Amino acid sequence: MTAADKPKKKDVIHSKIWQETPEPDNPFAAQVCYCSGYDVYGDLLGKISWVEYLYLLFKLEPATKTQAKLLEGIAVAIANPGPRDLSIRAAMSGGAGGSLSVSCLIGALGPGSGQYGGAREMYLAIRLAETCGKDLEAWKQKLSNYEKQCHVKAWPDIDHLPGFDPYGSSCATPVMQTLVYLSSIAPEEFAQTSWLHQNRHAVESASDSPLSMIGVIAAALVDLGFSDEQAEMLFLLLRLPGAAAHALEQKHNGLAKYPFFADGLKLLNDPGPAADASGKTNR
Amino acid sequence: MKGPEALIHREDNWETEMGAWFAGERVVFRGLDVFTELFDKDWVETWFFSITGKFFSKKQIELFSRSWTICTSYPEPRIWNNRVAALSGSARTTAMLAIACGTAISESKFYGGQASFAAIDFITRTKKLVVDEGKELLEVVKQEIKSTRQVPVGFGRPIINSDERVAVALRLAQELGFADGPHVKLAFEIETLLREKRYRAKLNIAGFTSALYADQGLSPTEFYRMATVIYSAGIMACYIDAVEKPAGTFFPLRCERISYQGKPQRKWEN
Repeated sequence: MTAADKPKKKDVIHSKIWQETPEPDNPFAAQVCYCSGYDVYGDLLGKISWVEYLYLLFKLEPATKTQAKLLEGIAVAIANPGPRDLSIRAAMSGGAGGSLSVSCLIGALGPGSGQYGGAREMYLAIRLAETCGKDLEAWKQKLSNYEKQCHVKAWPDIDHLPGFDPYGSSCATPVMQTLVYLSSIAPEEFAQTSWLHQNRHAVESASDSPLSMIGVIAAALVDLGFSDEQAEMLFLLLRLPGAAAHALEQKHNGLAKYPFFADGLKLLNDPGPAADASGKTNR
Repeated sequence: MKGPEALIHREDNWETEMGAWFAGERVVFRGLDVFTELFDKDWVETWFFSITGKFFSKKQIELFSRSWTICTSYPEPRIWNNRVAALSGSARTTAMLAIACGTAISESKFYGGQASFAAIDFITRTKKLVVDEGKELLEVVKQEIKSTRQVPVGFGRPIINSDERVAVALRLAQELGFADGPHVKLAFEIETLLREKRYRAKLNIAGFTSALYADQGLSPTEFYRMATVIYSAGIMACYIDAVEKPAGTFFPLRCERISYQGKPQRKWEN
């Protein structure tokens, strides 16, 4: 056999998540799909909840009942940050402005990915929680000397401490309610969330700003063992339901009902009309 | 080929005349060598070459490029696609993501992608029916209004009726000698006809530029593909403006600015 006759090795996708066996009559159609060893359509379907499946996809092991309950709580808490949130407003701008459904969700992911209230803040909050853990002195030291300059310069510098609300007066009620609930599910097992609940005043004092929803969710995701990158992905994903619903609502409400802030923009360097449409210069 | 055969045929077998990279050596783009045969092309020429496979004259490229400045480079953060870029800046994401998200929002039926496609589709069809086949313009327009239940796309505008860009873009077209093509002439005839029939819908910039570009030989699909990048200057400006101001301060909304009209408050029963 010459080198030219030798069958070439085909490129493959390496995965620990997914395996397929083909239908006997079609190599491109799966007969059985396995997720981390479980038959998805022959076994899991009908037995597993959506958040349990989500956990399995990321962690490759089944969630315990308590872990599933915690993830369920996280998913409900962040599914809709409400129509004043920057990512939801982006989605609604698409809905009201006649954009496609996919445009609305892609639009939501822009602000939803950011370092202020978005997934990048979640990523940074996870790193902060992982670094400081349950050591109050470490929190105090880190918060008082937080590195705000981004090493990857594509990202803007960080304006505030991740997991804290720079414009807050006090810890907002929904944030407190979420913290109380998540830390109550299994305080022993979910140590970071419980610790945060017990030490909230101290870390808020060290950061000179109240805890935000991202700070609470970050602690819970650390307790579930999600990495910074996994938490960033989950945060992007789990906030899309609100974006979708609000985009559709504004689509049906129409453009005329959507805020335009007609009197809200003040141009500080308006030179006045330079010319008329014919090109005749006025100055 | 039907069923899996079509996929089996294409397994490890992508045939293309569009281009390829020969690692560390050279690049071929639609049959031309990038480092030599495209060496003297500017980016706008290359953009149109990518879409059409043709090179346009320097004057046409000037028309295209300058029309983008006039028509679609509005650094107005309240316009919906730009607003998403401003929100992205305010939320502190990257410039690349802001452009991507603003561009995605530009796929709108009121403006941007969908509107551009519909506008050039209408003017191209109408030119074929009226100019090439001799049909009555009034009948063609009436039929369009009847079938779509709206004035033809390319006429009328959200928020205000008139479009300040049309006169300026017409001046550009006149300056470069492109104002007398059959699609442009037809667009103004339709505007006159709509006015005579008391429709409050003047020629807008999508209607004018689609006619202008159709006169340069672009098909509806080519015009639509070309238009995917033309909002970028305005989108980027709005991102920069917001990202250079304190985070989260782009038109902040207090809780009372939600005017709730839904069900009264109630308890969840398990």
